[in-house]
Amino acid sequence: MSQQAHAEPIAPRGRPASKPESRGRAVRAVLVGIALFYVLVLIVAPLAGIMYYGLRNGVGPITDTFSQPDVRHALYLTVLIMLITVVVTTVLGLVVAFVLARDRFPGKSLLSAFVNLPLAVSPVVVGLMAILLFGRGGWFEPFFSAQGIQIVFALPSMVIVTIFISIPFVIREVVPLLEELGMDEEQAAWTLGASRLQTFLRITLPNIRWGLFYGMALSAARAIGEVGAVLVVSGQVQGRTETATLYILRAFDQYQAERGYIVALTLAAFSIVLLIGIEAFRRRSLKRAGQE
Amino acid sequence: MAIGVHNVSKRFGDFVALDDVSLAIPTGSLTVLLGPSGSGKSTLLRVIAGLEQPDSGEVAIAETDATALPPQKRGVGFVFQHYASFKRMTVRDNIAFGMKIQKRSKNEIRARVDELLELVQLQGLAGRYPSQLSGGQRQRMALARALAVQPKVLLLDEPFGALDARVRKELRAWLRRLHDEVHVTTVLVTHDQEEAMEVADRIAVVNQGRIEQYGKPRDLYEHPATEFVMTFVGPVTRFGEAYIRPHDLEVELQPSARYEEATVEKVVHLGFEVRVELALSEGERLEAQLTKREAERLELLEGQRVFVRPSRLTEVEEDAPGARVAS
Amino acid sequence: MVADALTRASGRARRDPGAPTRWALRATAMLYLGLFVLLPVVVILQRGYSDGLTNLQDALDNFGAWNAIKLTVVMAFLAAIINGVFGTLLAYVLVRIRFPGREIVSAIVDLPFAIPTLVAGVMLVALYGPSSVVGGWLEDHGVKIIFAAPGILLALLFVTLPLVVRSVQPVLAELDREEEEAAQTLGAGSWTTFRKIVLPALRPAIVAGGLLVFARSLGEFGAIVFVSGNIPNKTLTAPVFITQLLSPGSFGATGGPDQAAAVAGLLFGLAFIVVLLTEKLISGRLERTS
Repeated sequence: MSQQAHAEPIAPRGRPASKPESRGRAVRAVLVGIALFYVLVLIVAPLAGIMYYGLRNGVGPITDTFSQPDVRHALYLTVLIMLITVVVTTVLGLVVAFVLARDRFPGKSLLSAFVNLPLAVSPVVVGLMAILLFGRGGWFEPFFSAQGIQIVFALPSMVIVTIFISIPFVIREVVPLLEELGMDEEQAAWTLGASRLQTFLRITLPNIRWGLFYGMALSAARAIGEVGAVLVVSGQVQGRTETATLYILRAFDQYQAERGYIVALTLAAFSIVLLIGIEAFRRRSLKRAGQE
Repeated sequence: MAIGVHNVSKRFGDFVALDDVSLAIPTGSLTVLLGPSGSGKSTLLRVIAGLEQPDSGEVAIAETDATALPPQKRGVGFVFQHYASFKRMTVRDNIAFGMKIQKRSKNEIRARVDELLELVQLQGLAGRYPSQLSGGQRQRMALARALAVQPKVLLLDEPFGALDARVRKELRAWLRRLHDEVHVTTVLVTHDQEEAMEVADRIAVVNQGRIEQYGKPRDLYEHPATEFVMTFVGPVTRFGEAYIRPHDLEVELQPSARYEEATVEKVVHLGFEVRVELALSEGERLEAQLTKREAERLELLEGQRVFVRPSRLTEVEEDAPGARVAS
Repeated sequence: MVADALTRASGRARRDPGAPTRWALRATAMLYLGLFVLLPVVVILQRGYSDGLTNLQDALDNFGAWNAIKLTVVMAFLAAIINGVFGTLLAYVLVRIRFPGREIVSAIVDLPFAIPTLVAGVMLVALYGPSSVVGGWLEDHGVKIIFAAPGILLALLFVTLPLVVRSVQPVLAELDREEEEAAQTLGAGSWTTFRKIVLPALRPAIVAGGLLVFARSLGEFGAIVFVSGNIPNKTLTAPVFITQLLSPGSFGATGGPDQAAAVAGLLFGLAFIVVLLTEKLISGRLERTS
């Protein structure tokens, strides 16, 4: 015997948006609003602020700033340190990335922790480490002063600390790529007669190139922005060991705010353009080669 | 002998992948390494290629000891299950890769690539990227790429495993025809018994790191050396203590000498064949495979009483042709 | 047994043509990281604590020392919480909601990674400093940002925002929607679904991001040195304090590299613990889902 069930009214198709749906939309709009507001207050507005203060008096102060010898030297020093840092962290970073992604041996996870350590350490502490190693009473000081090489309060220590803080970037970008790619293509190349070096140059590098470039760009941006560590090791000798960031500090200290803003803006613009450029190329490359 | 494997062993930690394996593969043949997952067949193939290092034992390719040689120097062509196409290169550049490494002239490369494109039927696709090809096309490209450098042996690691069934069958037949044309010593790894039987000159059945039998497909089927080979290479049904092939089970309506009584449980019509599920008097289950004609003649129904006997007992023979030689 | 293993190993080495390259790579990697990372860490701990805790005590005796450390830790904690919430919100909005300008916002979120920290400080002063429009207005209403604690917090929030968003975003994007759909068919509303299904799945990523923010904030220098005014007991943070220890005479600190090393060791120890926790969290999550 069948029972008569209470039939629930079924809404006909094509009904207008019901209350839960429009409420969902309103909630989403509010969420977006809050997120946008946060980003505006925290990031966009200050960026606008610095652009205003740097550019409001037109080109004049800009050319004036860049004609100052200490500004030029500071920028030169920053670029030099950045280039050395990028080269070192890229080459050695690739080695570490390969070992981390492909090799298996006890203590590998310790290696991984070392790679991430510079991200967590204060740059001031990094500078201190260099002073303790190479400064007066430091472990390596006798050796270098015997050779007549000045490390602290000179370029070498500034390069060393900048390398330290930039170590993670290339490695962190490349390792996941290598893991995802796997070894199939490389092994195929081996069976076709390519040596390990040839395989690395023709197969592996092209496959990781955008991640590698991105890591290099991050490394470069970090290097030109470094201030805490170089402050500690440089001794801030104007015109000799003053990077762009140290120049900015001094400029504001000596009431030359406008010059400070302009140099700051320059550094920011350089980094942003670098990173946007690489990211744009990466997207285009993904679209072209397709994803397998 | 194109490939000689001598007493090769390999472990991964505690797991024994290859246990004192020896094999001699004749030049120009198409050998299939057949076995279930984890049997060691892929490992063996990779050891031959030099992509894995054995813990002990030697590998010889074309009569030369290759054990200490890296894969670059062994003259092997390798085709991977997931194609391993060079993603960032066109089909043409993929195929040309080995030749570019050998620094051949541009004209030579171009001519050979065109020749290979025609061989694998990918003409017109030379400018495409692997991501724009289907799985079957990518695998054909991989074959062309491997053949481009005229390898001494061609090794294929479950080459059709990532393709769907129809493409798999097509490529299987196509590979066989290709081999007949090109005659490169070929070794193919698969877990698909049908594929092995269809394609191979010889089959090596691999199980738990050992080769159980190496011989012609028909020999393996009719004279299996071990129970495993028998159950893996063809359908089996148990008759008492022994295994027999379902199509070797005769079914009659009248009792006769050496026939046993059985009841028909189910009759399944599979097109040309008819599968009859039977139960013996003690309740043991059997399967018989009859042709349509036979089944019609008998007019079998569920619940009917019939009499069965094996027309031949395929006995597992320790010294069957190709049975593993104790080392 | 041992003889067997040895013959096996030497036999393998003889026949393994790739071994030398592998060892060369391993040695290079370990030398690189050993020299650049391990060594500096060891020297800090040695100089700071070879005399036990005396260096630390002397350091903390300095005027404003304790408060500097407290302020640093508190600010780092606040930054982790606030950016934990807003970072997750941003990640959610960017992944789940389609709105005009989404790509631009995504790029803006990554900006702090590109901009030098010092420049970030300069930016904040430009906008919220006493001489600017916004800052002046705020000060008239009694809200001091620059040269006060809020400025420090803002600087930290700026610098660390991408850390949480980048940590949460990929996890959120990978989430299988089926669980949420199942919850909804069982009658759960959006907020409940979010709270009971999505959030727990995101929790490791959020916490990992938060820990990164915390560690990063403990050590932040460039953004803060500009924005805070470095007033002892008010806006002086530990990293800035360490630089003062290294140039004695500033603000009465007696200083010296050994004391600096002691304080640095403390900061470093905290950061290191955080890094370990984060690693454990991430690998723990991987084990659970595989």
